[in-house]
Amino acid sequence: MLRYIYGVDLHKFPRLRDTMFRDRAIQFHDRLGWEVSVNDKGEERDQYDALNPLYVIWERADGTHGGSMRFLPTTGRTMVNEHFLHLTDGVRIESPLIWECTRFCLAPDAGREVSAALVLGAGEVMAQFAIEHFVAVFDPRMERIYRLLGVEPDVIGTAGEGRDKIAVGLWEMKPEAWPRTLRRLGISRETSLEWFNAAFSAAAPEKKSILEAA
Amino acid sequence: MKDVLESFLDRLQRATTLEHLQLATEELRDHYGVSHVVYHWVNSVGERYGAGTYSTDWVDRYLECDYLRMDPVILGCFQRFHPIDWKQLDWSSKSARAFFADAVAHGVGNQGFSVPIHGPKGQFALFTVNNSCTDTEWERFIEANKRDLILIAHDFNRKALEFERGADPAPTAALSPRELSAMTLLAKGLSRAQAADELQISEHTLRVYIEAARHKLGALNTTHAVARALSAGLIVL
Repeated sequence: MLRYIYGVDLHKFPRLRDTMFRDRAIQFHDRLGWEVSVNDKGEERDQYDALNPLYVIWERADGTHGGSMRFLPTTGRTMVNEHFLHLTDGVRIESPLIWECTRFCLAPDAGREVSAALVLGAGEVMAQFAIEHFVAVFDPRMERIYRLLGVEPDVIGTAGEGRDKIAVGLWEMKPEAWPRTLRRLGISRETSLEWFNAAFSAAAPEKKSILEAA
Repeated sequence: MKDVLESFLDRLQRATTLEHLQLATEELRDHYGVSHVVYHWVNSVGERYGAGTYSTDWVDRYLECDYLRMDPVILGCFQRFHPIDWKQLDWSSKSARAFFADAVAHGVGNQGFSVPIHGPKGQFALFTVNNSCTDTEWERFIEANKRDLILIAHDFNRKALEFERGADPAPTAALSPRELSAMTLLAKGLSRAQAADELQISEHTLRVYIEAARHKLGALNTTHAVARALSAGLIVL
C-alpha cells in the first residue's frame, strides 16, 4: 500500500524506514554512482531528510520498501534553489503551489506497479493539497522509466557529464494519466483515497462525529 | 471591475501595522461569510503575535487555560506543511473534547481549515478559516477556495516576516531576467504558447516561471501578477 509519512513519524515504521534508506543507497550510490553519503549501516541520507519532508512510500506486503520519493515545499529550503539555480535560468522556483520532489527511488527488484504507485501518490498530493507543479532533481537515466509511465518530466536544464549528469525537471499530473496509472496498479481511485485518508486523518471516522455533534 | 480578493490582497500588501492585519482578517471573514479568520505566528525569537476575529473572551480564556499546550490544531499542524481540515486532527482525548466544547461555547465554529507555514529560522504561522456549518457545506467551501486560501495565508506570512525584518511596507519584488521577459510577453498580450515559443522554453517551464513571479509579487493569478508588475514599474511596455 501507499504510505504518506512525514520525517518526524518515520520511527513508527522502522522496517519501512530502514529498507527505504538502504534502497536509496543501492540506487543512488551503488547503481547511479552519485556522490552521496552512505552510513555504516548502508543507508543513504542527506541534509534534506533532516527537514521533516513528506515521504510517499510504496510498502510491500512484508512491510519493506518498494519505492519512494521525498517532498518539500519550495517556500522553504530546497535542493533546486540551493544547488541548481544555474539550471533554472536563474529563476528561484518558490511558491506554495509548487513542491520539490527528490530521491525518486525504486527497490532493486521493484516491479512496474511500484513506479505506477508512486506516480499515483504524487497525483494525490497534487489533487488534495492544491499543488500545481512539482519541481524535481533527478538522474536523466531515469527518464526512460518516467516516459514508460506517461509522466515524462519537462527538463529545464541538466548539469554534469556521463554518470554525473543531473537534471532539473517539472512534473504535472495530466488528467489522462489517472486511469492509466490506476489500471497499471490494479486498484480503484477509492482505494487510493482510502490510503491517503488513512495517512492524513489522525482520528477514526466515528471520532470525527465529535465535531459534527458540536 | 477588479476582483474582490485582488483588491483585498492589494490592501494587505500595503499593510504596515498589526492593526492592518487585524482589519484584513475581519474583511476576509465578511467576504467569505464565515465565522472566523485567524492568522497567528511565532517569530524566529519565539515571540507570539496574532490577528483574528475570535472574541476577546475566547482569546482571554485560551490564554488563561494555557490551551496552547494542548490545542489539537496547533499540535496537529506544527510538524506539517500541508493544509489541514480540522476533521483530520485528533480530538479523541477527553481534554481535547473539553477544549472543543469550550471553544464552541465561545463562538468558535465546528469546522476549520488551517494552513501551516514555516518561515526562515524557525518562524511558524497558522492561518485558519473557521465556520459553523455541515460537513457537506464545508467540503464544498474548501474545495472551491482551497487554492486562494493557501495563497492568502502566505501573503499574511509575507507581512509577518516583513514586520520582523522591519522592512519597507512594499519592497519591490526583484524578478529575475527570465521572469521579467515572461511577464513582459504576457503583458503584451501573447498567449502562453507564444511566449514559451519566443523564450524557447516549454510551456510547462513558462508556467512555472510565471508561478514563481506570481508568488514574488503576492498576486492572486497571472493577470493580477501582470498588473502588479506593471504598476510597480518592473515591466515597461
